[in-house]
Amino acid sequence: MLIFEKSRAGRRATAQAPLQESDLDGLPQQFRRRQSASMPEVSEMQVVRHYTQLSQKNFSIDTHFYPLGSCTMKYNPRASNSLASLPGFLARHPLAPETHSQGFMGCMYDLQEMLKEATGMFAVSLSPAAGAQGEFAGVAMIRAYHDARGDDARNEILVPDAAHGTNPASAVMCGYKVREIPTGGDGDIDVEALKGVLGPQTAGIMLTNPSTVGVFERRIKEIAGLVHEAGGLLYYDGANLNAILGKVRPGDMGFDVIHMNLHKTFSTPHGGGGPGAGPVGVSERLEPYLPVPMVAQDGADYVWLTEDNRAESIGRLSAFAGNAGVLLRAYIYARLLGRDGMHRVAEFSTLNANYLLKRLTDAGFDAAYPQRRASHEFILTLKRQARELGVNTMDFAKRLLDFGVHAPTTYFPLLVPECLLIEPTETEAQDELDRFVDSMTAILQEAQNDPERVKSAPHDLPVRRLDDVRAARDLDLAWKG
Amino acid sequence: MPFIPHTEADIQAMLAIIGAPDIDTLFDEIPQALRCGELEKIPQGMSEMEVGRLMNVRARQDGQPLCFIGAGAYDHHIPAAVWQLATRGEFYTAYTPYQAEASQGTLQLLYEFQSMMTALTVMDVSNTSLYDGASALAEAVLMAVRANRKSKSKRILLPRSLHPAYRRVVHSIVRNQGIELVELPFDMESGQTDPEGLEQYAGEDFAALVIPQCNFFGVLESVDELTDWAHANRMLAVAVANPVALAVLQPPGEWGEQGADICCGEGQPLGAPLASGGPYFGFLTCTQKLVRQMPGRIIGRTLDLDGKTGFTLTLQAREQHIRRSKATSNICTNQGLMVTAATIHMSLLGAQGLERVAAACHANTGKLVKALSGLPGVSPVFKGAVFHERVLRLPLETKDALRSLAAHNVLGGYDLSADYPELGNAVLVCATEMRSDEDIEQYRSKLERVINARIQTPCKLKPDW
Ligand SMILES: Cc1ncc(COP(=O)(O)O)c(C=O)c1O
Repeated sequence: MLIFEKSRAGRRATAQAPLQESDLDGLPQQFRRRQSASMPEVSEMQVVRHYTQLSQKNFSIDTHFYPLGSCTMKYNPRASNSLASLPGFLARHPLAPETHSQGFMGCMYDLQEMLKEATGMFAVSLSPAAGAQGEFAGVAMIRAYHDARGDDARNEILVPDAAHGTNPASAVMCGYKVREIPTGGDGDIDVEALKGVLGPQTAGIMLTNPSTVGVFERRIKEIAGLVHEAGGLLYYDGANLNAILGKVRPGDMGFDVIHMNLHKTFSTPHGGGGPGAGPVGVSERLEPYLPVPMVAQDGADYVWLTEDNRAESIGRLSAFAGNAGVLLRAYIYARLLGRDGMHRVAEFSTLNANYLLKRLTDAGFDAAYPQRRASHEFILTLKRQARELGVNTMDFAKRLLDFGVHAPTTYFPLLVPECLLIEPTETEAQDELDRFVDSMTAILQEAQNDPERVKSAPHDLPVRRLDDVRAARDLDLAWKG
Repeated sequence: MPFIPHTEADIQAMLAIIGAPDIDTLFDEIPQALRCGELEKIPQGMSEMEVGRLMNVRARQDGQPLCFIGAGAYDHHIPAAVWQLATRGEFYTAYTPYQAEASQGTLQLLYEFQSMMTALTVMDVSNTSLYDGASALAEAVLMAVRANRKSKSKRILLPRSLHPAYRRVVHSIVRNQGIELVELPFDMESGQTDPEGLEQYAGEDFAALVIPQCNFFGVLESVDELTDWAHANRMLAVAVANPVALAVLQPPGEWGEQGADICCGEGQPLGAPLASGGPYFGFLTCTQKLVRQMPGRIIGRTLDLDGKTGFTLTLQAREQHIRRSKATSNICTNQGLMVTAATIHMSLLGAQGLERVAAACHANTGKLVKALSGLPGVSPVFKGAVFHERVLRLPLETKDALRSLAAHNVLGGYDLSADYPELGNAVLVCATEMRSDEDIEQYRSKLERVINARIQTPCKLKPDW
């Protein structure tokens, strides 16, 4: 039942609104609304009960194992939330003067410095609001760099066929053409094919490492050399930074510009879709183009760097300073972990992934890249099961929900047929991983003995499989009363 | 180990199954030469108690001054239930509802949000958020260029009275696609977009006209005329609106003869704390005709196998994970949690509560303007009617006045002199429902002191009043 359907005309949650009754005398009639918006009229308790009950229909990290590949669904420390929500932080207006911002700016400055060290980049700007906006910023910087050198015939960005959809979409938003490069049978990109497409039209390449197929790109130094030789720059999609934190740094691999997903690696909450934060880091030659605002130190004070003192910046991407509250949460997490904690993130996320991969392949599942180590995630392909049993990846995913597990990422990357991208993260215990193996094994048996049961899953959730075709055909996007 | 559950025995057992002697072996595909050492510049970890101490010091350092700044971020009361519910783990730690059956809570809430936003703006459809108001406008501009079938132009008319940061953001985001922004002047007397400035572009090919309501000066624009003018000149009308103001202002869907085509804006006034500028959320609503050009996630109501109502992500063929380089936008992660808060906020307040908030802001800013205008040399700059912000002229340099006020722990408004030098010593002030009569009196008395101090040292005074 929708909140609108619990509404009754004249019912109010009056304690919420100001008691002050004011008139609108200064607002000429011509500008006024003639009819009140049709919003629910409900009591405070009805609201609390309604949204509490809705929340209980969600799977979440706090309630379920959530091995959604590429999304790093690890535990989000409660301390990050409560400390970022201290009254002083919540009350600060984004345009408060620097004299009343030193505490907040100090946190941002420290975070910039820590991210520089963790990634091996020369400078960092925190302002992009999510990974995709970081990608946009990064590619815009690549473009600004070429433009500043008068090198403006470069109109192409290279993207592996396994790349996340935001990569090509971001390149296009920056005015580039996108050319895909194939992935080889071992999961590394096809270097011969890359050589064939590099040229004077190449502005840059966007890579994820470990890649979206869950393996480390072993020839990365060679790739960097080739791209640089052709005059292009290397972009690092930091979605998988969790796998290598404290082990190997994008700056040392030869990347010129990177984004990080703090909502993944730095454990800020995913909030049912967001917010995130996608800070960007650059090598020295791209430093002038970083998006504003940034925080700098001037003697003992922190100061803002804006369009006024950074003329070559690609500019501003949101009205204020990006997702400040997310940045604070990431900062708190980073201080809790410290240097050693960061190494452990990579170690234990990798341990968990390799353990789970081994147990699942022992249980009869096929790894997409059996000859490779898993990074912090790995891919299974259910091609064989789909062919032999008529039960596909989506069926497995839906049946997992009945076992109380959020499904892994399905059908991404697109190049592996019937794939599940599984990312357990470092915060899961061995017993939870074992339970996942048991669930997968049970579903496999079911697929052999009673395939219909799997194909018609889920059975025990608030709804059964939903009609997506109908949703897109008979659009119902808002309650009409 | 913080947040890592493994015991030493677990580690050994897991390694034995993998068949690796130690954890480091698992990194053996990374070339040795690339491996980094200690991250020396990162400090050692701290306990929760120690980090708590650090953060408390820093949070207190910024002092919680009395704030009369608006300029795109507004200090409204947020009912206690809003964030207590929004930070429930089931909302806070879920992600994009890809698995619809396991995400009906978030999905239904988002459908309710879409319903509330379409009701507020009187538009047909809503997405479920973009990053913030400014980037939402950039997306609306891109959408207008794609969607306007009557125009081949990549030019957009953007009023100078629009928030300066929004103009910058739109520029940064759309410039690489060859889109040109043409600035419309404002009338120095009313503060509205200048009708004559507009008329010079009549008959020219533009994709859209952007119409802020209210504009950056707090002034109400003649939205009916502007919308009709845009349509008469084959442009789309793109509204930029404050959602709290919309509780009392004519909704964009009813502007002019046909209504605006796209409406976007900053959702922060609906339950997001000021919090240094984010996370907030951008909203975007439009006519049914344009729905396939929309950026961002959209939720549809549908049926399950048993014919039971349920909710799911829909029209995904617009999005990057399906369409890749041909998507309507690159957005993936959005501002979901802020939308969760906004939906709960709107449910608690209802239309009447939001109207009350809007009226209280309007009245308080009126009181503030009246109180300050009683001081020598202080007067409103524009004659146009305002919602909850107004531009005042000061008898001294705005920067100096604001600095002195800040020293008294009053944030006196937004300094317009850098963005609008033509306005002289001007400041944009705002008093939301959160500012009491005593707060307003504090501002008045402190500004009086600042002005008097200046008048006694007249050498520093600029005689422009
Ligand atoms: C590999 C990869 N790249 C980029 C992104 C985009 O990041 P965001 O969703 O924060 O925009 C994601 C995640 O969603 C991803 O998994």
